[in-house]
Amino acid sequence: MPKVLMTGNAAIGEAAIRAGCQCYFGYPITPQNELTEYMAAHLSRRKGCSFIQAESEIAAINMVYGASVAGARAMTSSSSPGISLKQEGISYLAACELPAVIVNMSRGGPGLGSISAAQSDYFQATRGGGHGDYRTIVLAPSSVQELADFTHSAFDLADRYLIPVIILGDGMLGQMMEPVEFKHEAPDELPIRSRALRGAKGRPSRIIKTFTSKPAELEEINWSLFRRYQLIKKQETTYDTFMVEDARLIVVAFGIAARIAKGAINTARANGLKVGMLRPITLWPFPTEEVKELAKNAKQYLVFEMNMGQMVEDVQLALEGKGEVSFYGRPGGVIPTPSEVYKVISRLYYQKGLK
Amino acid sequence: MEKVYTRPRSLKKVTFHYCPGCGHSIVHRIMCEVIDEMNLQERAIGIPPPGCSVFAYHYFDVDMAESAHGRGAAVATGIKRAYPEAIVFTYQGDGDLAAIGTGETIHAANRGERVTAIFINNAVYGMTGGQMAPTTLLEQKTTTTPYGRDIKLEGYPIKISEMLALTKGAVYIERTAVNSPANIRKTKKAIHKAFQTQIDDLGFSLVEILSPCPTNWRMTPLEAWQWIDKVMTKEYPLGVIKDVTGKEDAD
Repeated sequence: MPKVLMTGNAAIGEAAIRAGCQCYFGYPITPQNELTEYMAAHLSRRKGCSFIQAESEIAAINMVYGASVAGARAMTSSSSPGISLKQEGISYLAACELPAVIVNMSRGGPGLGSISAAQSDYFQATRGGGHGDYRTIVLAPSSVQELADFTHSAFDLADRYLIPVIILGDGMLGQMMEPVEFKHEAPDELPIRSRALRGAKGRPSRIIKTFTSKPAELEEINWSLFRRYQLIKKQETTYDTFMVEDARLIVVAFGIAARIAKGAINTARANGLKVGMLRPITLWPFPTEEVKELAKNAKQYLVFEMNMGQMVEDVQLALEGKGEVSFYGRPGGVIPTPSEVYKVISRLYYQKGLK
Repeated sequence: MEKVYTRPRSLKKVTFHYCPGCGHSIVHRIMCEVIDEMNLQERAIGIPPPGCSVFAYHYFDVDMAESAHGRGAAVATGIKRAYPEAIVFTYQGDGDLAAIGTGETIHAANRGERVTAIFINNAVYGMTGGQMAPTTLLEQKTTTTPYGRDIKLEGYPIKISEMLALTKGAVYIERTAVNSPANIRKTKKAIHKAFQTQIDDLGFSLVEILSPCPTNWRMTPLEAWQWIDKVMTKEYPLGVIKDVTGKEDAD
């Protein structure tokens, strides 16, 4: 299929439909409204599909829970303050081992914050976000093409591991337009997961629940979840590298910040500075081993995020003291420029005596 | 010899954990009778809430999915939209449906979701130990209104069924009680009609059931039955609140 020019938000919608998403439930919040509107226009009238503009983010995520109970591929989307409201439902989805795709086109916080792009929801996304011991797979796209590709794989991952998958984008990715190619056609038949609740016909009745009055039983459920999380860590950790082979300074950045950093690194290379980048694609599971591996050659790290320093903690944990970590961040929805980041890189490069 | 009374097929052979005199077990049983009579066991999907009836899935032999507190109507919406062939019901208490889940309930009703809510009103939070519910009566003592519910401080008992009747999507709402054989029979009839409303694809249906909670009311089961008649029905009168189904009663 030829490339088409689309906003990131619309590309997610189209990719979701092509992944067999049957149900979308959303609630308006900037900067992700184009996605909700795309689903209203393109999903709501599809055979067997359902679109609801819910009365709240809480209702929307619980509708997703219901659709997932019934075996449908279901999605919701929001932005930071709305994602906070969805945490209750995400915790239940995780506990019940129900797949779902949740898009966060994040914006500046805390509180109502701003509507401009930010990455301040890293902690919330990668630590579970709601109550209880659980994790969600977190995908961090950095282009409209990746928004489309990752949306498709998010549904597959969610079904394969019976887990909610978060697509952590930001307001900039959602609103910008780029050429995008959709690699899949929408399925003729909507996929229905086995072991869904569709009435006890020809089989015993089934229960989907989280509550138990027996702590030992709940402990076993937690162990069972964590065994699966170990498997996900082993099989699904993904990342991208850029010019790391001879790099003396490694920039670690995700999502749109990695796009900005790439521009800065190109300038650095043009000026003879040996700088490379590691870009985690799955924020959870975090590419811990890969960071550790890089530390065999490069000792200096610059973590660049559009927040006050969140992923930097995962980098420090991964390095186990085997590399020195610096941080540069702009919170609140401020978009740093490549030349600004280049200045930080070159200053650090000379300060640390790498030249 | 003709067998005139038996355990409903869709009621599991498990002993109820409910307190003596509690209304839940009565409602469970008559719901299962209706499910059997209407042949819905293979189509029904039930949604119990957190609360005393969180374990309803141990008793109903139909597919069931637990809901977060108050979100039953949203979960039911998701199930029904994804799988419209199902007969979806929520089983919710007064705190669940009329306090924390007010928003979800009103909007599901207003959208005319083809789901049925079985709403147990016992005027207290039962499982957590008898705190004030939105439906707690004036001057009623609970663990969080130890001096009695005071309108200046706690406001008024909420008439959520009457409120829901204002939404055009709600087509059948009736208030019943389970404090006498006659009222239990009327409740069963109402549940039957609510399910039929859903089967006929007419809109949202709800049966509010005044149900005794002798433990938290600090009463004997008999006193609790009498209190429903003498006190509760004065605030919450029994009968059809709304019926625009255009259907005659079955009998």
